Amino acid sequence: MTPDEILKGLYDQTLVGNAPTVLDLTHQALDMGMDPQTLLFDALIPSLEEVGARFERGDFFVPEMLIAGRAMAGAMEVLRPLLADTGVETIGKFVMGTVKGDVHDIGKNLVNIMLEGAGFEVIDLGVQVAPEKFVEAVAAHKPDIVGFSAFLTTTMPMFKANINALQKAGLRESVVVMVGGAPVTQEYADAVGADGYASDASATVRKAKELIHRRRALAPA
Amino acid sequence: MMHETVLRSATKEVVLGHSRPFCLIGERINPTGRKIFQQQLREGDLSAVERDVAAQVAGGADVLDVNMGVPLTDEADLLARAIRLVQKCTDLPICIDSSVVEALEAGLSVYQGRALVNSVTAEDDRMAAILPLVKKYDAAVIALPNDADEIPMEAERRLELVDHIVSVATKEYGIAVEDIVIDPLAMPIGADTTVVQTTLTTMRGIRDRHGLNMTCGASNVSFGMPDRAAIGAAFLPIAMSAGLTSAIMDTRTPQLVAAVKAADLVLGHDEWGAAWIAAHRARQLAGT
Repeated sequence: MTPDEILKGLYDQTLVGNAPTVLDLTHQALDMGMDPQTLLFDALIPSLEEVGARFERGDFFVPEMLIAGRAMAGAMEVLRPLLADTGVETIGKFVMGTVKGDVHDIGKNLVNIMLEGAGFEVIDLGVQVAPEKFVEAVAAHKPDIVGFSAFLTTTMPMFKANINALQKAGLRESVVVMVGGAPVTQEYADAVGADGYASDASATVRKAKELIHRRRALAPA
Repeated sequence: MMHETVLRSATKEVVLGHSRPFCLIGERINPTGRKIFQQQLREGDLSAVERDVAAQVAGGADVLDVNMGVPLTDEADLLARAIRLVQKCTDLPICIDSSVVEALEAGLSVYQGRALVNSVTAEDDRMAAILPLVKKYDAAVIALPNDADEIPMEAERRLELVDHIVSVATKEYGIAVEDIVIDPLAMPIGADTTVVQTTLTTMRGIRDRHGLNMTCGASNVSFGMPDRAAIGAAFLPIAMSAGLTSAIMDTRTPQLVAAVKAADLVLGHDEWGAAWIAAHRARQLAGT
């Protein structure tokens, strides 16, 4: 196979969520001496972007998002250490979790897939994440953004509890806070003092990039 | 022994039971994910509630689920007002739906009849807060077999939590066993194609061990998938044969309602097909 055929294969097979073939092609590409960055930026990321676009316009469904995400994750396991060696910086680091009292994870998982697909490093804390767990993770991983997900109107108040916990730990200014979930609105995000809100997975990626750019532009050189 | 759960409005009685026709709990009186409706409710405009009630009743609901979970509002006050309004519009019994204890109490205090409370979990603090209200207002209650840690993905663990809920509710809070309706937790099949099997195994276990009535959010199953009505229309009859006796569902979808009514007939819960034939005749008369 030529490098172009490999890239096309990676793109097409990620799109349909064929994890074994994506992994196989990744190994083949590396054996041929292809650059891990090329695989990521010219095949995997564009493919996941297309998956997200199709999902957003209703042409793709939840299982297709999940298997595409899994296919990309398989390739990333191989590529991540190599990318780290070459000193490639991720777009940003994202700590994500569903808030305490809430066990819903499908929406959060879809957002994670899209973030990883866009080149973010995502640290997923899972569901039922207590404020102190978010604080620990922010202190340990120093992410650009921390994301709180809630599916219930009754668990949304945990956003505020999490933000207060970050404040108390002196970490609030160190990190951008994004919130989301089915019942969440921009108005609610503003009311609890979050920095950003997005209504779906693709919008989260756009918003996350925007917030990081804004923050880096403001940061003292 | 198979239990029967009695719900009432001021004038009408609905009974859930394993040898009775399936109970359709209309689900749309709920602002979650409906931004315009939320805005109206914040401004005190409950006119959409009247429209939703009319649509669910016309679709064939036996009971109405009423949820007023709007962020940044006084949910207790809103729920009480909505329940008064719904009881003016219809004589169907109500399933009072909130995870805010104060809202449940406000709803129960204005409700006329015998309500179904939605819901309690296997968590001790939730049971301690909600079950005394169920007892005080002589209601029935939906119970979910999950605890603070997890929604168990094994049927056996869900059944253990059901055992725990039944034991605590009856022994510590004096709730009659027949007034406990279990929600065996129907999860989206789009996220994992094995989860509905777990739910069905849980249902059979609850029926065989406890003979309790059950309900579930039927539309959860098809979340994130195309042709959702067809999935619901397959899921509900299969679940009914595993022991599901009611569902919180959108009765505006004729395909779902017809699937349930046909399953009632097939399962022997519609003697001589009288309800099936009557529904056919009503449609003929309406010219649809």
